[in-house]
Formats: sequence, C-alpha cells, structure tokens
Amino acid sequence: MTTPPPMSLLAELTHRCPLQCPYCSNPLRLDPRTSELDTATWRRVMDEAAAMGVLQVHFSGGEPMARPDLPDLVRHAQSVGLYSNLITSGVLLNPTSLAALADAGLDHIQLSFQDALPDPADRVANMAGAHAKKLEAARLIVAEGMPLTLNFVIHRQNAERVPAMLLLAEQLGARRVEIAHTQYYGWGLLNRDALLPDRDQLALTEQAVTEARTRLAGRMTIDFVTPDYYAEEPKPCMGGWGQRFLNISPTGRVLPCHAAESIPNVEFPSVADASLTDIWENAPLFTMFRGTDWMPEPCRSCPAQTLDWGGCRCQALALAGKADAADPVCHKAPDHGLVERAITTRPATPPAFRYRRYGNA
Amino acid sequence: MTGSLTPPPMTEDCVPRFARGTRLQYDRVRETWFIQAPERAFLADAIAVEVLQLVDGARALAVVIDTLAEKFDAPRTVITQDVLTLVNDLAARQVLVRA
Repeated sequence: MTTPPPMSLLAELTHRCPLQCPYCSNPLRLDPRTSELDTATWRRVMDEAAAMGVLQVHFSGGEPMARPDLPDLVRHAQSVGLYSNLITSGVLLNPTSLAALADAGLDHIQLSFQDALPDPADRVANMAGAHAKKLEAARLIVAEGMPLTLNFVIHRQNAERVPAMLLLAEQLGARRVEIAHTQYYGWGLLNRDALLPDRDQLALTEQAVTEARTRLAGRMTIDFVTPDYYAEEPKPCMGGWGQRFLNISPTGRVLPCHAAESIPNVEFPSVADASLTDIWENAPLFTMFRGTDWMPEPCRSCPAQTLDWGGCRCQALALAGKADAADPVCHKAPDHGLVERAITTRPATPPAFRYRRYGNA
Repeated sequence: MTGSLTPPPMTEDCVPRFARGTRLQYDRVRETWFIQAPERAFLADAIAVEVLQLVDGARALAVVIDTLAEKFDAPRTVITQDVLTLVNDLAARQVLVRA
C-alpha cells in the first residue's frame, strides 16, 4: 500500500438530533432518516476499516443514540478490534441505554455540554431541560465506571465561563475535557457574528486552560482547540487531507472530513460503490489534496507545508471561494484580509442564532 | 474542587493496571504495538511492549522488574529505572493506575 492507512473512522450514523446548536459540524443540508445506511452496511464498513488499519471508530451524528442499533454496532466494533468511542449529547442516555452500551463493550464516551450554566446552555441547544439531562448523563457514566470526556464548544457568548466549565468537569469526575473554540464552516460560519469571540476573550480562555492544566496534572487531560481566525499559522486540518481520518456520512458517503461535502466539482465516493481501501487510495476526492502536489503559492515554497498541510480546504473554499487556495487564516495567504475583516466587522451585539435544523439553512 | 491531588509516583511495591478504556493492542497492518486510549492511540516502543505485557493488575512492579532483568540478562538497576520511568509517564497520561 503506497498511502499509509487511516487511524480513525468518524461514523456519522444519523443527522437527526434533539439539539439545534448553531455551531453544529454537520453540513447545512442534513441527510434525512430514510436515506441512512442500515445496520448490515455499517457492520461491513467496520470490517473493512479494521482490516485496512483503522484503530478507533467514533460513533457520532447528529445524535447517534437516536439509532436503536447502536449497541449492535458497538459490539461489532469490539469484535473486530476497533476501539469504540461514543460522541453524544447525552439527552437520550438513561440507565438502560447506558447498560446496553457498556455490555456491548463501549470503550469511552464523549459528552457535549453547551455551557456551565443551565439557562445559556439550553438557549444554545434550543432545548429546554437539555443541560439537566446532560448532568444526569455524566453522573450515570461516571458511576458506571466508563471513561468520560466532556466537550465544550466555546464562543463569544460563553467564553467567560471556561473556568466554570473546567470546574464542572472536575466535579463530575471527567477524565478528559475539550475546550474547543468554534470552527467556522457550515452552521458555524452561518452564525459567525453570533459566535466569534474577541481577542481578549480568547486570551482569558487560554489562561484558564493553562492554570487548570497545572492544577489537574495527572488527573484530568485538557485539550484546547484555538479559533484559527486568531492564529498566525493555519491548523493541520485532519492531520492532512486524506492522511489520518475517514469520515462516513449517514448516507454512506466517504469523506476526508465532516465538512468535505461542500467541495464542488468532484464525485463523492460511497460505501455502496467501492471498498474503503479502494476509496482511500484512489478516489479523486481523497487524492486531490493529499500531500503537497496540489499546493499553490505561498504554500508551495513554504517550509511549513508538511506541518500544516496548507490548512483547511473547506475553509479556503468557504472564505476565498476556491478549495485549492491557501487557507485564508494564514498570515501569508493572499486572502488573509477576509479573516481580518470578519474580526473587525463583527457587530458589538451578537445577532440571534440561526438554529441547526432541517430546512433552516 | 474535589480536593483530590495528583497521585505520588509509583514505586516498586505498587501494582499497576490499565485504566478502563485503555489497552495494549497489536496492529497487524502496521506491524507495531499501540496503546489505545480515549480518542488517541500512542505508539508503544520496545520497552513499553515488554513492560505492558506484564501489567495484569496482580503483579507488583518489583516482579515485573525481576522478570525483565532475568529475560534480558540486564542489571536490575537499569531495568528498574526504565520500568519506573515508563510506568509513571503512563500514569501521568492516565493510561495506568494503581490496582
């Protein structure tokens, strides 16, 4: 095999979700239930993934617990040696559904929170009572003994409460916490003015994480994701296009990342038409931005080209209108002014959210 | 605050085990060993593989050290240092805990 195999598979089982977070990473056009892959196909996909060298499968969505076959899929992942992770909102979790997942061999749960306080959390999720359900879910997971990561998505309307979020994670007994600033594509881009923090807010979140890492060393791992609009260099998106990650959409499209369905003028390979290995190695969607051959200037002559891999293709497309442009967040990119303008033209008062739901984009 | 503190380093009399959600796993495709952990996989080097195959939640580190000193016909002091360094590094990453 000339291309090293992927390490991880993000299995987006469904786009259905009881929450409507305005920064959702799902595409603007959500797949309907009737087009979702069936259980047998997901099992075959996991067989192929394990055989080609994938080590971990992340069951995601939408809300993956909306799929009644989730315990079956977890059990199958375990049987083929895949480490299984559930990425959930927790609002459908109860003692019975948790016991079924633990019994099936689930290795880890990542539970999302929208805030440290119930009212702003429920407003972001656009679901009354969601935060209280999540607190109960976290308690059940920790009591069961399952390792737990809490995920907080950060934006201008909750950034001040990062210290409270870290305290909440500690009090609930999480082993890991992600303080992840919003990434601005899809729904996040649509809601950018309502979400993008200012530079002072960002600095305070960084300070809170640094302090907590010292205090909690060896007890809680803290991952921090920066809002790349304020970064000097672009992020190495997905560890390089088609180098480490496979994403499969609810309908079976095989993608290099969860936003890749926005890329124009290319066919999206499907698990219905070819094997995962064939798609990974040969599908134009995967080969078009793999490595460095596709790069324009300034990437082509940049010493960082194999560190950041040119940044994010979906962001280049969303901001500069060309998927093969240098990521505009890079200070060397010709389109960097677009990012600076997004920051300087941000309204003083955040506009209302455009919630993530079918038909609302 | 929960009031709990970062645990002190493990010593020879400690019995380590894998924390739930972590394990040593052989990767047949890459022909190498990985430590599987929540949302990450660490490459396991040759020393880690030898040590971790002896971590079963029952053996004390002193026994692990004796076993490896004999297997590799190496000075016990050298093996002790390798084992304690590795085990405490993995404890700091929440891969190993006290049994």
